[in-house]
Amino acid sequence: MQILGYYNYWVFAVLLMIGLYAVMSRPNLIKKLLGMAIFQAAVFLLYITMDKVEGGTAPILRAGVADEIYSNPVPQVLILTAIVVGIATLALGLAIVVRIHEEYGTIEEDEIRRQDRE
Amino acid sequence: MNALAPHLPVLAVVVALATAPLTFLLRERGLAWAATFAASACSLAIAVRLAAHVREHGAISYALGGWPAPYGIELVVDPFSALLLVIVAGASTLALAVSRQGLGREVPAERQHLLYTAWLLALAGLSGIVVAGDAFNIFVFLEISSLATYILVAGGPRRQALPAVFKYLVVGTVGATFYLIGVGLIYMMTGTLNLADMEVRLRDVSDLRPVLAAAGFITVGLALKAAVFPLHTWLPNAYTYAPNAVTVFIAACATKVSLYALLRFDFTVFQGNLPGHIAQFAGFVVPLGILAVLVASVVATMEKNVKRLLAWSSVAQVGYILIGAGLASATGLTAAIVHMFNHALAKGALFVAVACLAMRVGDVTLAGLAGAGRRQPLTMAAFVVGALSLIGLPGTAGFVGKWYLVAAALELGPWGVLLVLPVLLGSVLAVVYTWRVIEAAYFRPAPADALPRGEAPAGMLAVLWLAALSNLWFGMQPAVPLDLAAGAAAVLLEVR
Amino acid sequence: MITLFGVFILSLLVITAIGIVRSTNLFAAVMLAGLFSLQMAAMFFILDAADVALTEAAVGAGVATVLLLSALALLDDEERRTRRSRWAAIAVSLATTLLMIYATFEKPRFGDPLAPANQHVAPWYLENTPELIDVPNVVTAILASFRGYDTLGELFVIFTAGTGVLFVLAQRRRDTRFARLPNADAQGLRHHLVPRVVGRLLVPFIVLFGLYVQFHADFGPGGGFQAGALVSAGFVLFALLEGERAALRVLPRRVLAGMIVLGALLFVGVGVAGMLLGGNFLDYSVLGATPVAGQHVGILLVELGVGITVTGVLLTIFHAFAARVSER
Repeated sequence: MQILGYYNYWVFAVLLMIGLYAVMSRPNLIKKLLGMAIFQAAVFLLYITMDKVEGGTAPILRAGVADEIYSNPVPQVLILTAIVVGIATLALGLAIVVRIHEEYGTIEEDEIRRQDRE
Repeated sequence: MNALAPHLPVLAVVVALATAPLTFLLRERGLAWAATFAASACSLAIAVRLAAHVREHGAISYALGGWPAPYGIELVVDPFSALLLVIVAGASTLALAVSRQGLGREVPAERQHLLYTAWLLALAGLSGIVVAGDAFNIFVFLEISSLATYILVAGGPRRQALPAVFKYLVVGTVGATFYLIGVGLIYMMTGTLNLADMEVRLRDVSDLRPVLAAAGFITVGLALKAAVFPLHTWLPNAYTYAPNAVTVFIAACATKVSLYALLRFDFTVFQGNLPGHIAQFAGFVVPLGILAVLVASVVATMEKNVKRLLAWSSVAQVGYILIGAGLASATGLTAAIVHMFNHALAKGALFVAVACLAMRVGDVTLAGLAGAGRRQPLTMAAFVVGALSLIGLPGTAGFVGKWYLVAAALELGPWGVLLVLPVLLGSVLAVVYTWRVIEAAYFRPAPADALPRGEAPAGMLAVLWLAALSNLWFGMQPAVPLDLAAGAAAVLLEVR
Repeated sequence: MITLFGVFILSLLVITAIGIVRSTNLFAAVMLAGLFSLQMAAMFFILDAADVALTEAAVGAGVATVLLLSALALLDDEERRTRRSRWAAIAVSLATTLLMIYATFEKPRFGDPLAPANQHVAPWYLENTPELIDVPNVVTAILASFRGYDTLGELFVIFTAGTGVLFVLAQRRRDTRFARLPNADAQGLRHHLVPRVVGRLLVPFIVLFGLYVQFHADFGPGGGFQAGALVSAGFVLFALLEGERAALRVLPRRVLAGMIVLGALLFVGVGVAGMLLGGNFLDYSVLGATPVAGQHVGILLVELGVGITVTGVLLTIFHAFAARVSER
């Protein structure tokens, strides 16, 4: 179990890096949005890793069971909200990308900048 | 009204929030505007009342859902948040007064009700951040205000608005996610999300490394949103290509709310718990503040588009606020906070003037302004008043913050003089860049095919002069904002 | 066994993420992103977060993929290769990662019940929920009541997104220079028999499951947001099968706009009702004969508000993109 614990944090850090790298280095706007989604998903993983309690189950109380161990519900609540925020941002970002494509004929950042300079 | 009095902290957010779904349905743009304006004015009244109350009786706490503080979400209104509430609601109301006549040229009538919906959401989001006493709640309202602001900027009439918004969206999301990482790390070490509770519980944390990393993530994340130099790259284009009325709104308050959250965290949550944190904070923000003042002002002196010129000036003004905050003394923080208020007044007036000029010339460039002094004398006169306040001439609002900033720097002893230098240099540069606008308007000969004399609509002019005169009023009578700012500084410096 | 499975999924996540970044075909990248979300959902499930897993699967793999695909139908799906320098990006992302590793080097032991995160507030919720709110699912209790104000904010985040997509896509193109030739017919998959028959069978079940998730949230994983995502997924499937126009006949745009507003006002209304009946904003205890009964009423209405608005917003966003595609 302990290996899984460390591994979770490492994967979180690596996903964070991959996402941030995609956002910064990729000129394609859709790729940037996908990178952003990976970046956000990494943070979800950080929070959810926190909630695990050894031997625990999902925090849905069972009547009559007294000494059941439950995992922490708080990070779950926070991440439910964060997932919604993620999809909201993605939807708005996509709408803007579609409009950019209509106006510029491209979704590559370099090309857009070149057209604006002209 | 008295029955509602205890609920004012939450009403400061909910009035705007609840009006948004209504404007979503109001296709008639006049009605949508009226509803938005009414909600905004109501929020302003609430903010002013809260500020008066807080000044007399001290901070208010409000438990949402009736759940006690660390378990439920708490709203806190103290002098700092009250002042910011007034800035946000005031800027929104002022900008809305301009937008009724000004927006029609930039946004087609059939889409305006959606723009006003986004406007209300931005107002509610910004107010929500300011009154929140809970770290995660700040994130939620940060996202409402950010998404709404992207929509507002995307309403700009030129196609360049779209890439500008996209950049703003990506940078904003990365910033907010950084903030979320920081909050997660603190939760991991303390088990709480309430800001006041965090401050207390962090004291017992033995391993400070995650907290240190959290401080880094939160500071950088919010600095991205606050356009702290060199993380400001999204700002100039976003301000330039947004509709004029929107620029008035967001330039006056959006970055300041992120700065507010930044100061809240660094001074309340981390100050007492991380050894040497404030020294590190100062080491981080003061050099950046100085660079912001100098570099952004120099860039502003070379700009040809007036909106972009003023946008760069905003980056520089964030620099002044950072210098004041970095000094971490009562005077320094008072300077920073009162400058938030006064800069909102000055920039508000200047961008309203730009909106008035745009009613005649379309794109407000230096070349297009030639002869504007004769064409729109009242507008340009108000622009001059705003510019003087931006420079910080004695007798204007802009002077107050800079005076306190210089005083705070000199408190440091001989080394403080080194800090006075960039402040003064920044003011000189402000003279240079505002002079370029004034020179174009008054001294450049109007082209042969110039437009005839004519002002912007009377309603807009009235708003413009109201903004300009308030710059003079708060220059002569700075007691109320200074009082709130001093109270805010005391709150920030207090270690419980 | 679970540990092995967890390590396996985590490794897959990293591989998929690298695949998303490296693939030059955007269509492939979007599909991989859908897979990525499914793996993430599985991981959440292993970590006892059933609600989050359900949401991630419905939203990340479902809604997000549909939105990305409908956007891609309007764009070029090949990424251009560039030769821009990547050193700055590598440096910044590496620095962030190192900071994270520095911070998590001695994180509280994984699964430790005595970790600070599992002390203080969390056990209070677990202990007091039966007495104060009396619903078995503590996640629902916190989401809808203890931290209900966050959920109100969440509802308005999604409302903002809907407003934004409508506003941005309402703008007419100034010219059609860049419009691609019409490729997909707006008729849906009407001419393909098998998907149509299977899909038609599925649609009612998806919607029914959505409603179950909506009203069963007190007892099991679920809630307004998941329900909204599922119900709208059902309608999106319907639209894909029968064409967008048929879907709009069932739920016209005006109805969707009404739903968005209704849900938002329902949530705010519950909050204001609490205020008028003598409690604080969003205090549900005053809504019923006893505080616990009041909490039940409040949670039911609030979750319903979220479900209605989310369905309305997600379908509105889908139609906004789909209308662009069929406009061609």
